Amino acid sequence: MPDILSAPLVVAFPFTRSLGPVQSAFLTGLRERTVLGVRTGDGKVLVPPVEYDPVTAQEIRELTEVAATGTVTTWAWNPAPRPGQPLDTPFAWVLVRLDGADTALLHAVAAPGPEAVRTGMRVRIRWASERTGAITDIACFEPYDAEAGRPAPHSGEFTDPVHGIVTPARLDYRYTPGRAQSAYLGALSERRTVGERCPSCDKVYVPPRGACPTCGVATAEQVEVGPRGTVTTYCIVNIKAAHTANLDIEVPYVYAHIALDGADLALHARIGQIPYDQVRMGLRVEPVWTEGGRHPDHYRPTGEPDADYDAYKELL
Amino acid sequence: MRDVAIVAFAQSDHLRRTDELSEVEMLMPVLHRVLDTTGLRAGDIGFTCSGSTDYLAGRAFSFTMALDGVGAYPPISESHVEMDGAWALYEAWVKILTGEADTALVYAYGKSSSGEVRDVLTRQLDPYYVGPLWPDSVALAALQAQALIDAGETDETALAAIAARSRAAAVDNPHAQLKGPVPAGEYVVRPLRTGDCPPVGDGAAAVILAAGDTARALCPRPAWIRGIDHRIEAHSLGVRELTRSPSTRLAAERAGAFERPVDTAELHAPFTSQEVVLRKALGLDDSVTVNPSGGALAANPVMAAGLIRLGEAAARIHRGESDRALAHATSGPCLQQNLVAVLEGESAHA
Ligand SMILES: [Zn+2]
Repeated sequence: MPDILSAPLVVAFPFTRSLGPVQSAFLTGLRERTVLGVRTGDGKVLVPPVEYDPVTAQEIRELTEVAATGTVTTWAWNPAPRPGQPLDTPFAWVLVRLDGADTALLHAVAAPGPEAVRTGMRVRIRWASERTGAITDIACFEPYDAEAGRPAPHSGEFTDPVHGIVTPARLDYRYTPGRAQSAYLGALSERRTVGERCPSCDKVYVPPRGACPTCGVATAEQVEVGPRGTVTTYCIVNIKAAHTANLDIEVPYVYAHIALDGADLALHARIGQIPYDQVRMGLRVEPVWTEGGRHPDHYRPTGEPDADYDAYKELL
Repeated sequence: MRDVAIVAFAQSDHLRRTDELSEVEMLMPVLHRVLDTTGLRAGDIGFTCSGSTDYLAGRAFSFTMALDGVGAYPPISESHVEMDGAWALYEAWVKILTGEADTALVYAYGKSSSGEVRDVLTRQLDPYYVGPLWPDSVALAALQAQALIDAGETDETALAAIAARSRAAAVDNPHAQLKGPVPAGEYVVRPLRTGDCPPVGDGAAAVILAAGDTARALCPRPAWIRGIDHRIEAHSLGVRELTRSPSTRLAAERAGAFERPVDTAELHAPFTSQEVVLRKALGLDDSVTVNPSGGALAANPVMAAGLIRLGEAAARIHRGESDRALAHATSGPCLQQNLVAVLEGESAHA
């Protein structure tokens, strides 16, 4: 069995989210060091606020200012903070019911150790020095023994309200393609293309995934296919690639399905060394490798006569 | 209404890592085993439904690759839920009740080893107020555990006993990832220690459902689904009473769990503290065998662990070890969503 491959895989995206009137007022308020809740039909004050009553589902809009002080309703000591969490030294996760609110907000308390935290403890907001209108404008909470603040009506109106937030997310993975695809990628590094034959229907799949999608059985027998093949269908790409590895590819170019000789599934690749408007179904092509490349850079015409339509029609 | 039963169940061995297997390579032997149990071939199945999530793999539409293991040509009737497979089973059950299928294949899988599952699960949280703080799954469960301790409903010793009982039960489960004496360990997020938390691992499971006489023909003692229901609570943790699970209670009521006592309960409680909440919501006393498989504390393949509870409960009925079993699955932080099914063997209802 070949070595099982693995590689880092990073998924990162700056999600841009729009805010409704209630969320906009709440997050703008945080920027201005003001905490707003919303009043439900039966008079409860929800902090953080929502636009619909969680019990009746009625739309709610009546904003109320609550205090920046509150009481811990439950907590959990986090000895090893993870990336993105509010503090990078050990801290307590807490649910805090702010004075004037009937529900609790999830956040963090800065404290020297777990013995300094308890349910019922009094805390106040420590504001972030730079605030943008986001939940992270609350840097964290800190212990604070003093009188409870009182709620007060608030219009929810601010100059320059925040209408959207950007919440970047990044997750780190280690991708392992499994046995069949590891073997495929291993062969490619030797400039060979290897598929797998289904023991039931005899079809050769490339790239192999270890299963016949028709029969639903494991494939194991490796079969070398190509290197030559036939263009079964194609498209003309008019959008310049943004990826740094492909910046030198001029548009328009042709991207094609190619049935390698001996394969029962077409793979796809770029066609080069021929004007884009001369590529056609049935064109015979072969791979072109670049120095150090781990897969064909593109395919080019072999100069053979075109394949008969009947020879590849099942692979369209 | 038609009678629908779970007639077969199979699962993989649950392992910390399965680098040598792609998702479909991990899933396929399980699909073959569950089909072999009934003698059905893929083409005989009326409806196929699966549960998984792209966030575990970090790749879009990852479930379409896993479909290669089913044999999807000639075209099959198929659906997918971005949920635990227990909810895929619910969809399949509805499909059979409506008469659109007589049999269904339900499967679920998760390879948690690809990423950091504690971080990955933060992405299911409210993206405005909670997600930007990245509170991980253990942290949220720990908040619930502390609320239970403050309410006097459990303590760290009682939680450790739940862990010990589960891992001891798992000794008889050849597929379990963690079994036997497991040290309580250090605090992960206090008050939860390593022993209070589920193992992180890779695994897959599958069941076959069938209606009426088809079920009787496929299985000597089908596990009839007498009722199944699922309920959800408010997303925000701060508006919920974390020591209670009204959604579990209501789902169990609607599933008929309280009409007669059950002898077995398979509870999807990845954290010891969650078993405390579920036992109370379901009114389970010591006469009920809880998690004889070891439960999610012994093996917790994300997205399959709930379906496995249904499968384990059904398998006990198949083997004649249970006459009336309750199976529970959960999803979301701190038991936000809960599904309850009541399964019975034929003789129990005579
Ligand atoms: Zn085949």
